[in-house]
Amino acid sequence: MWPGVTLRSAGARLLGATGCRGSRGRSAPAAASAVYSENQISRTSHNKPWIDSACGSMYFRPSRMTSACLKGVRAHRLLWTRLHSASRSSVDREGLKVFLALAHKWWDEQGVYAPLHSMNALRVPFIRDNLLKAVASHQPGIPLSGMKILDVGCGGGLLSEPLGRLGASVLGIDPVEENIKTAQHHRTFDPVLDQRVEYRVCSLEGIVQESAETFDAVVASEVVEHVPDLETFIQCCCQVLKPGGSLFITTINRTQLSYALGIVFAEQIAHIVPKGTHTWEKFVSPEKLESILESNGLSAQTIVGMLYNPFSGRWRWTENTSLNYAAHAVKCKAQEREAPVPSACKGEEAGARAEASASGAVLES
Amino acid sequence: MAARLAKSGWGAAAVASRRSPLVSSRRCSGASADTVYDVVVSGGGLVGAAMACALGHNIHFSDKKILLLEAGPKKILEKLPETYSNRVSSISPGSATLLSSFGAWDHICNMRIRAFRRMQVWDACSEALIMFDKDNLDAMGYIVENDVIMHALTKQLEAVSDRVTVLYRSKAVSYTWPYSFSMADSSPWVHITLGDGSTLQTKLLIGADGHNSGVRQAAGIQNVSWNYDQSAVVATLHLSELSDTFSSLVWSTSHEHAAELVSMDEEKFVDAINSAFWSDVNHSDFIDSAGTILHYAVALLKPTKISARQLPPSVARVDAQSRALFPLGLGHAAEYVRPRVALIGDAAHRVHPLAGQGVNMGFGDISSLVHHLSAAAFNGKDLGSMSHLTGYETDRQRHNTALLVATDLLKRLYSTSVTPLVLLRTWGLQATNAVSPLKEQIMAFASK
Repeated sequence: MWPGVTLRSAGARLLGATGCRGSRGRSAPAAASAVYSENQISRTSHNKPWIDSACGSMYFRPSRMTSACLKGVRAHRLLWTRLHSASRSSVDREGLKVFLALAHKWWDEQGVYAPLHSMNALRVPFIRDNLLKAVASHQPGIPLSGMKILDVGCGGGLLSEPLGRLGASVLGIDPVEENIKTAQHHRTFDPVLDQRVEYRVCSLEGIVQESAETFDAVVASEVVEHVPDLETFIQCCCQVLKPGGSLFITTINRTQLSYALGIVFAEQIAHIVPKGTHTWEKFVSPEKLESILESNGLSAQTIVGMLYNPFSGRWRWTENTSLNYAAHAVKCKAQEREAPVPSACKGEEAGARAEASASGAVLES
Repeated sequence: MAARLAKSGWGAAAVASRRSPLVSSRRCSGASADTVYDVVVSGGGLVGAAMACALGHNIHFSDKKILLLEAGPKKILEKLPETYSNRVSSISPGSATLLSSFGAWDHICNMRIRAFRRMQVWDACSEALIMFDKDNLDAMGYIVENDVIMHALTKQLEAVSDRVTVLYRSKAVSYTWPYSFSMADSSPWVHITLGDGSTLQTKLLIGADGHNSGVRQAAGIQNVSWNYDQSAVVATLHLSELSDTFSSLVWSTSHEHAAELVSMDEEKFVDAINSAFWSDVNHSDFIDSAGTILHYAVALLKPTKISARQLPPSVARVDAQSRALFPLGLGHAAEYVRPRVALIGDAAHRVHPLAGQGVNMGFGDISSLVHHLSAAAFNGKDLGSMSHLTGYETDRQRHNTALLVATDLLKRLYSTSVTPLVLLRTWGLQATNAVSPLKEQIMAFASK
């Protein structure tokens, strides 16, 4: 059923999806796009293993990533990059317009932002399970109740809402006002979420002063690859975190593969996105991220790869971090910045967590 | 016929790609004073009540608000009546597991229940028979009166009344569907208007309102259905004066014959049953010899253990006032789910009672849907989202379509006395009876 049904859209999907990070291509990107998609199609029919096993049980899905949609996603990223580097250049009016047109599309699960919707299947359990490890017991039905979470770059609130439904008090911030408006509007219809989730138009630097050490967790999903100064960003994250709090990041790796698919293919060959939209140099490798985290008093607990299957529209965990990956780091209890070796900090964290789970209270070191 | 049915089931695959948003009317946000429920189950029959119960007792739904709408009055069974009810269901082990997961099974066992371990099927036109036997001690199934099940479910619903609200004598008269994603000023929830004029909103509407489902019709979901030219007569029988065992009867026959059976007096009715079981007026020598030949062939190839061949039952009398009839038909919805809507039980599929599978398919739907919804709730997902609803649909359409097709085939095969078909089914029955692994597969599939 699979090859016959998906052939027609396989080409379109792949064209679209490779621009969006996470598609796993084995073919040489140097081929022309039409030939590329044909190769991919023939690969589809007998290269079963690389297709997510969930595909077999899924119905035919409409092509999510048409090139028109992709332009929208590119435009969104363009705007992000421009806004964060506002000190270097003024905000691009054109980019803003395109993005504003898409602001109401956040909540269309089959639309432009479909991959972000389906990424929740990985992100939410990742955040939830890692936060639950640190507590002794939790209320059934609302496991994250009592926790304060900051969602940096929340967009339309795609990740803030699930976290709110699980009981957490969430503050979502985004520099684009239209995004916040969409998020607020979507939240108003649900009386439960109205109380748990709050949105604000600002950047991370804007709330650092008033919110020092107030959050149990900070989530920066699909954000750090757009931030002009990663060091400052991580510093700010650390400042707003409580000691022992968690930082969750999902982003793209800086590898030849992400260059080949995200830049060369999407921008230069298929012309899906205008040249220069993505700055490959801004992509962050896990090693670099880890070193920045360590130097700011955060110890990386987990780094794991994520893989997007453009045919099924689903993400899954993988050991390979060469495209997308997720990271979980914990703020060290002790405030030393230079000396402590990561393992010592980790050991201290593990010890503190063990005590916390035994006594049910977070101890001050 | 089978192809049509299968196509309607698998045809949903193509339909899903252009699954249109439900036809919606503009709804201003002025109705925000309505209560917003997380799940509304429309229809408080066996399947609807069990669904509400299962969700109410689910750990990930501790924080959610569930509503069950039932058009009829609350049925209270203060004392178990002496006589058996004529509406009974055969409950498979899989359904028993579901019922025990929220504590209803214990109530049922404390009231009245009969387990069975053997099933034998006779053919009227030949000596062929098939026997299903469970060697181990587990029961193959249980016969339970519907009133007993309903009482157990009502008790368990009361136990979680902080999460599950039940509205009796309430029927939804209209539904308003949301746009497929949030647009300016339109509520993303399903609006329901009740008979008394009150309105409410829900994030997920579950239709458990029987084979003439209002939810399914309002959603515009296509339903493949046809009526069998048959009705079923139900009655409670006494099997023999000496041991005084009861039995439940479901007799599927033509409309005219069914009407006759219900209106004739009790003695004639008992005679009619006995002659149906014992008479060999439909046997023909040809079929009998053909059957015997295969029987010897099978015995030669595979010496079977001689398990006691059960003779057909002999009916002594029928309970007064216990006869009733209802029409039979087949139905299958082309789609089980739409954004914010799911169908379970007879609303999604209607089957001939010959295999005793109807309510078990409904309970199977509940198990699957609760599994998907529970995982979704634990992931903080919007309960009405298609991403997990289609998972439920795929699971159940596969299972149900196969069972519906098989049941329909069997019904047609056994409705005829035409010699070639009788020969086919005689040999088929004998062959199936001889192949134990095949019988075990059949039992396993039906026990789910």
